[in-house]
Amino acid sequence: MDYTLSVLVENHPGVLAQISGLLSGRGFNIRSIAAGETEDPTITRIIMVVAGDDRIIDQVKKQLNRLVDVIRITDLTGIPSVNRELALVKVSSTISRRAEVFQIVDVFRAKVVDIAHKSLTVEVTGELEKVEALIEMLKPFGIREIVRTGKISIARGENSVEKTGESRVQGS
Amino acid sequence: MVVEALKREGVEVVFGYPGGTIMPFFDFMHREDIRMILTRHEQGAVHAADGYARATGRVGVCVATSGPGATNLVTGIATANMDSVPIVAITGQVPVDMIGNDSFQEADIIGITRPITKHRYLVRDVADIPGIMKEAFYIARTGRPGPVLIDLPKDVSVAVGDFTYPEKVNIRGYSPVVNDNSQAIRRAMDLVGNAKRPVIYAGGGVITSEASAELTAFARKMGIPVTLTLMGLGAFPGTDPLFLGMLGMHGMVAANHAVCECDLIIAIGARFDDRATGRLSEFAPKAKVIHIDIDPASIGKNVLVDVPVIGDAQEILQEMLKLAKPLPIDSWREELMALKRDNPLTYKQDCPVIKPQYVVEKIYELTGGEAIITTEVGQNQMWAAHYFRYDRPRTFLSSGGLGTMGYGFPAAIGAQVAFPDRVIFDIAGDGSIQMKIQELATAVLNELPVNIAILNNGYLGMVRQWQELFFDKAYAFSCLGQRTSCPRQCNGPDEGCPPYVPDFVKLAEAYGAMGIRVARPEDVEGAIREAIHSPKTVILEFLVAREENVYPMVPAGAGINEIMIG
Repeated sequence: MDYTLSVLVENHPGVLAQISGLLSGRGFNIRSIAAGETEDPTITRIIMVVAGDDRIIDQVKKQLNRLVDVIRITDLTGIPSVNRELALVKVSSTISRRAEVFQIVDVFRAKVVDIAHKSLTVEVTGELEKVEALIEMLKPFGIREIVRTGKISIARGENSVEKTGESRVQGS
Repeated sequence: MVVEALKREGVEVVFGYPGGTIMPFFDFMHREDIRMILTRHEQGAVHAADGYARATGRVGVCVATSGPGATNLVTGIATANMDSVPIVAITGQVPVDMIGNDSFQEADIIGITRPITKHRYLVRDVADIPGIMKEAFYIARTGRPGPVLIDLPKDVSVAVGDFTYPEKVNIRGYSPVVNDNSQAIRRAMDLVGNAKRPVIYAGGGVITSEASAELTAFARKMGIPVTLTLMGLGAFPGTDPLFLGMLGMHGMVAANHAVCECDLIIAIGARFDDRATGRLSEFAPKAKVIHIDIDPASIGKNVLVDVPVIGDAQEILQEMLKLAKPLPIDSWREELMALKRDNPLTYKQDCPVIKPQYVVEKIYELTGGEAIITTEVGQNQMWAAHYFRYDRPRTFLSSGGLGTMGYGFPAAIGAQVAFPDRVIFDIAGDGSIQMKIQELATAVLNELPVNIAILNNGYLGMVRQWQELFFDKAYAFSCLGQRTSCPRQCNGPDEGCPPYVPDFVKLAEAYGAMGIRVARPEDVEGAIREAIHSPKTVILEFLVAREENVYPMVPAGAGINEIMIG
């Protein structure tokens, strides 16, 4: 299954390379990775979705924790959280079929953000399932290009990750 | 500023090799009284720093220039990383504004060493030097130790700045201090108290944490037999009746039997490496597992653990010792002692040719077991592990994890620099010694009385052994005497083979070292004595039985109980 980890790291050059290198070097499987600055500009947050089982994820967390530049890891899997992904989808569409695309976009509460003679670009934000369902519906029109951010997540409620998160992983 | 920081860290010796971008560092060094050992290759410098660190427990320091100098360190850094050895490697780098331009002698050594260092720094500002140096030494030696690399651009190394050495280190992503583990210790001791067939499986972590005395006291108090990994040799006295020998691929019968049949395995500072465990399904299948380790990532990586105890082995063993009392496990102990008695290491010195095991045995006898032994990798390493009994920690220095040929000689140089008065032998093969033979110059010129015992069988012996056992005796490219006139298919030596290549005695003499060739068993003792007493660097070349194998042996991927006795 897929696990979602929220990882706070030092905002240094090379940290993302190190994390992706560590995961690939040890044979772990990353589904998606999204990184961005946090409220503290010296810290970057990385949300990564990793495939595996409990034992594999335990190793992923422990190996990440060994890195000096990793400050904190929180496993958001199973924790009530808001999960979003943003996708931009460029769809083939001549004038005659535009209305159909708009209809689908409406149903998904997505947006058309660019139109050309033979294509248009849809922006969709939502849970993974919604994004994938929309892409599925758009496929018959002919998809020219998809750009996805990868999943980002934040725990629900008042607590922030820094306060609820497990600190350094201890034991198994 | 870097040199000043080395002084603050109490560094007494640096191993290195200069070059363009690191010249300012060397210029500062020659005005200071820190000892600088010029090696003949950067890999020699990093292995020497590693040998120094393993022999002393202190942080070893090596220095190289940018580009090829830095990349030549890579094997040595990986070696230290696999075996958790604290070293700080300083590399020159092109000036900051030239980084990324494919400048002369530029290599992205930070990127290259990312997976093989504990941590690394690119110094972009002279003001950061004191803090980075302080952190680097702290990270290298604390927690699970490891190599830290500092990449020092030339313009930064010549820049002037205020030098204020920080007293404390505060890294928010790194805290080697461990939370309270008293509950885990109590749970572990409950398991130990109820065990009928316990065994202690200890590794290099015991040596790193200076816990040998505690381990010995604990095992003796409770009467629990002990097996050690290759890296653990010396952590528990090799001559102690409770010692079962090394376990694993070339482990002793009693040791491998013990871990297969035990009901409790107490792992201390060991990481369940495949060379120690064999096929995991056969490894301790009936046993509960207690795993004591400072690195949480080691726990549960290869083997499921019932009671993890995270922390420093010495502190944990001190606590466990307080709760220790003799266990009523006489029949288990006797079973293992009988196995140990009935399955000693054997070889026959029955021919006019020297057996390699005999050489190691004689080195053990004639040094009274007091020597520091370093090894290369392969058969020489295993015979050094088998036939020398290590009673004290930090006396067996060997590349266990990475298995680096060429490690032993420079490591011996590092150890000899630390302990000028100790007898040191590098037990080498004729293959691996040639990987770092140029360090003879380093040893001779620094008047280091290192002894190199080459067990010369004319082969890459361990490769040849595997070819004999698993590849139908087809000695493909493992013969070091192979000529163009040789048949492409060769299954063994004959009279037409060259006696030796190269002539190690001449080679020793060419470097100003002493070279002694020994071909007859009766001359072995005399030659070893001469080497021990000589103040010179000595190469002892023993022409040994060419097709001698290392036994016991468990084939790769087999269960640890499937032992070939030979």
